[in-house]
Amino acid sequence: MVDWPLLSLLIWVPIVGGLCVLAAGDGPGAKRIALGVAVATLLLSIPLWTGFERGTAEMQFTEFHPWIGAFNVNYHLGVDGISMPLILLTTFTTVLVVIAGWEVIQYRVAQYMAAFLILEGFMNGVFAALDAVLFYVFFEAMLIPMFLIIGVWGGPRRVYATLKFFLYTFFGSVFMLVSLLYMYSQSGSFSILDYQELRLGLTEQILIFLAFLGAFAIKVPMWPVHTWLPDAHVEAPTGGSVILAAIMLKIGGYGFLRFSLPITPDASAELTWLIVLMSLVAVVYIGFVALVQQDMKKLIAYSSIAHMGFTTLGVFLIFAILQATGGTVGAALGMQGGMVQMVSHGFISGALFLCVGVLYDRVHSREIAAYGGVVNTMPVFASFFVLFALANSGLPGTSGFVGEFMVILSALHADFWIALLAATTLILGAAYSLWLVKRVIFGKVANEQVAALQDLNAREFVVLGALAVAVLALGLYPGPLLDVMGPSIDQLIQHVTVSKL
Amino acid sequence: MENVYLAIPLAPLAGAIVAGLFGKAIGRRGAHTVTILGVAVAFALSLVVFKHHVLDGASVHNAAVYTWGVSEGLRMEVGFLIDNLTALMLVVVTFVSLMVHIYTIGYMHDDPGYQRFFSYIALFTFSMLMLVMSNNFLQLFFGWEAVGLVSYLLIGFWYTRESAIFANLKAFLVNRVGDFGFILGIAAIVMATHSLDYATVFGQADRLAGETISIFAGREWSLITVICLLLFVGAMGKSAQMPLHVWLPDSMEGPTPISALIHAATMVTAGVFMVARMSPLFEYSEVALGVVLVIGALTAFFMGLVGVVQNDIKRVIAYSTLSQLGYMTAALGASAYAAGIFHLMTHAFFKALLFLAAGSVIIALHHEQDMRKMGGLRRYMPITFWTSVVGSLALAGIPGLAGFFSKDTIIEAIHLSEAPGAGLAYWLVLLSVFVTALYTFRLLFLVFFGEPRMDAHTREHLHESPKVVTVPLVLLAIPSVISGYLVGWVAFGDYFGGAIVVHEAHDVLGELAREYHGVWGFMLHGMMAPPFWLALAGIATAWVFFHWRPELAEAARLTLRPVYVVLERKYGFDELYLFLFAGGARRVGRFLWQWGDARLIDGLLVNGAARTVGWVAARVRGMQTGYLYHYAFAMIIGLILLLARYLYAA
Repeated sequence: MVDWPLLSLLIWVPIVGGLCVLAAGDGPGAKRIALGVAVATLLLSIPLWTGFERGTAEMQFTEFHPWIGAFNVNYHLGVDGISMPLILLTTFTTVLVVIAGWEVIQYRVAQYMAAFLILEGFMNGVFAALDAVLFYVFFEAMLIPMFLIIGVWGGPRRVYATLKFFLYTFFGSVFMLVSLLYMYSQSGSFSILDYQELRLGLTEQILIFLAFLGAFAIKVPMWPVHTWLPDAHVEAPTGGSVILAAIMLKIGGYGFLRFSLPITPDASAELTWLIVLMSLVAVVYIGFVALVQQDMKKLIAYSSIAHMGFTTLGVFLIFAILQATGGTVGAALGMQGGMVQMVSHGFISGALFLCVGVLYDRVHSREIAAYGGVVNTMPVFASFFVLFALANSGLPGTSGFVGEFMVILSALHADFWIALLAATTLILGAAYSLWLVKRVIFGKVANEQVAALQDLNAREFVVLGALAVAVLALGLYPGPLLDVMGPSIDQLIQHVTVSKL
Repeated sequence: MENVYLAIPLAPLAGAIVAGLFGKAIGRRGAHTVTILGVAVAFALSLVVFKHHVLDGASVHNAAVYTWGVSEGLRMEVGFLIDNLTALMLVVVTFVSLMVHIYTIGYMHDDPGYQRFFSYIALFTFSMLMLVMSNNFLQLFFGWEAVGLVSYLLIGFWYTRESAIFANLKAFLVNRVGDFGFILGIAAIVMATHSLDYATVFGQADRLAGETISIFAGREWSLITVICLLLFVGAMGKSAQMPLHVWLPDSMEGPTPISALIHAATMVTAGVFMVARMSPLFEYSEVALGVVLVIGALTAFFMGLVGVVQNDIKRVIAYSTLSQLGYMTAALGASAYAAGIFHLMTHAFFKALLFLAAGSVIIALHHEQDMRKMGGLRRYMPITFWTSVVGSLALAGIPGLAGFFSKDTIIEAIHLSEAPGAGLAYWLVLLSVFVTALYTFRLLFLVFFGEPRMDAHTREHLHESPKVVTVPLVLLAIPSVISGYLVGWVAFGDYFGGAIVVHEAHDVLGELAREYHGVWGFMLHGMMAPPFWLALAGIATAWVFFHWRPELAEAARLTLRPVYVVLERKYGFDELYLFLFAGGARRVGRFLWQWGDARLIDGLLVNGAARTVGWVAARVRGMQTGYLYHYAFAMIIGLILLLARYLYAA
């Protein structure tokens, strides 16, 4: 099994499978094929974890085929400790999304399922690509299925939301394309690994860094380019929200780790104050904004922005620490914390959007005020919701704690005030998560619709149960994940501390 | 022994999981059997550990159970540190927990959430045990937050009550404010030592004492003081010290058994335990010790005063708990850690007793908690009455009962202390003795003496509570008396060994120990000291105002109206916090959302950009008229201009 081109399979099995689902049409078979393909992809991704060689930062499972010889563009795939967990997160989440859409989607079922499968393939491609052109193709291709998912199966303001989503993200990536082409002109190669070794002057680095920032900050999204996210989430169907929050946002964080830091280390160091500032604003400002949301999905969307702020903060702390102490002690802690936060946020935000979906399917409202006392009629659901809300507020023992804890620990190496502002999430995160719980879950039965609610069915139980297990497992034993990413992070830290000037 | 250590927290956890996940399948009897079994096993094994370490003098156990994760060589582990301090906490926690479990069978008898309740309290026991057994800061924080979580779930146990779900959110958030400081303290420790392990960190305390940290540009602060103060913020949250005390009185919305277990005997003492555990750090910071001392003494006095005007039986005891926690905290500040822990232990017994007795009264009166509707209950509920008397005497600090020994030691220690603020603290804790006796006996007289004031129907059906309720009362009454006689060993002796570190200059207990010649001498000495007379005066005042001449209480209330109002409003903390923090956060949030996001970013920048494009496009579109002669005209003009430029250049 080791000799299989695993990464290619992870990209093309869902894409081809998705096309098959499209061909099968809106029959009962479409869903089954879709589930089969999603599960098969998940199973294919397991050897990635088991066969992954710990203790090395080298790219693994690499594949290399010439693609466009004239421009030295290659079909080059490979994963390290940074990208491998994100591929697993993708394959895991896609299965859940397929199951979650099983009965809810009544309209163009085959196309819905196909869109998610094709999207999965593209996202795996983004994480596995080691060639800049290949990366860019997947990066942009990804937008199409998501655009359709929101545009076709979305809510009433879906046209505004899709346009905003598309233009925002497309706008960002154009600059990235320019800088990729510039680096090709300098190096004669499109290999991302070659880019990382490419020597660049400070001005070049800063321009390239800003171009990447445009692409990735919008994806994450970082304040102040975040406003597309709440709109997109509110209009997206549940599955779309889940994929968007759980995986697509991670591509921004991944981009910083794969491109910005290693390619432009000096610019990163130079502009680290900007990223740290934007991240802290995300944590504090967005935390306050999340508190006053009336719409459950918007609240979770804003909470996503705040949590992703921890990722960007953790990733960039290294330069703040270097500037403050002259050493890198504590930097890996922050970077690993940022990575764990990405995976954890994938589970938690996905779970919370699914929870909102469960309520929306029954009551057809996302307004917090439309609920109250749900625990009385849906006790099992309420337990899950409370668990995920607590995880969202970073309770130890859940995955939400791990990343935040590590990033706060790391932040104090850089500066007391960075740590202090980051730690406000303990209060703000608990405030918006648990106030939501109080208004939606607890209390007396608020109205007839709540009184008529049915508790989770088996399908919903399986989906939320799987996520609950993931949230607890990562919270109780993050060691294996830390071990997987450790060498890659260490190597990255070593790489970025060497100036390219 | 390692398996024994492991079994202590895991037994209640197993009970909690079984009762929680399979509660329906195993039924009520199954749920309480499995959880009580779990806690009983933990208690029995705690006794084994106590014997092994304390009586047989086994060496300290300090080892990891499993490695949670490693990052950058920083080992994040779950592990146990078992020394005499841990052993004492284990016995206290598991014993009180066991009593509360048994009591719950009677108290929650008719509640539909019976299994859930047992699952929660067993889960709480697990969390608390993990907290006290920890050998590192990570697990300490785990336990710290886990007990907070269970407290949240239990305060909001009756989730349809608006007041309960308000109180549990409040409790969690106020605790989170404490944890906010706590996690920063841990981060500072990791920065300074690159370790989470107690032993490693304590080993470097000496070095840390000499280091500084720059928080405000140009001002260097002592690192260890910053660390200790941040950790103490955590303790203030969990142990409800002013100004983070506001959650504890509201936590009384939870069922009474958890008020006894969590909000009196164990969880709220976690802060006290933590500071004692951190004594090797706190000893290096005069400033931190001074802050701890003054905060504790202020809490002891001012919260006690509020207790005097409360009419809800549980709230009186809640304010009493706040005040007693203040005593423990003040003891820590005076470097009398052993006395603080000793008071923690005696208080756990008699306060759990008082809460459970109050619960017994509450069920007898069909969930009436207003003391103005009680009275004369001693005739109907003799066991509850007599155990309450024991608890009250112990709380008031009457010689011979547990509270006397521990409280007197604390007062004497603060008297001797030279920590900053010790003079003020001494007067506050001394006066608190009077206040304590006053509110305690006010409660006793109002509830058990005088004429019954409940309605006739209730009175006819008054009877003593069932055995599952009264037996735990009696079992708790016993240590409420006898545990005080350990004073020579725990507070003055070398009970704690190396678990608690006190520097020579702060060693007030050592000084007291030199004058200590057995419990009888201590009692005799106590009877000639001011605290005893203040306690008697408090009891006498309570008797006059609330039993002999109740009209005097009414008159006093009218004459001292301003004071009364201030106390009844609890100094206005709640209103202030609601306005400033809860309301303020929402105002800030709305402002940022509507002005920052909606108007500035979306309105001006995002949609503004779209509008600009539209505007420019509309203008440019105007030029594309479609008339051939317009285009021809433009071409001619262009041609002329080009020509002109060419000719000019030539």
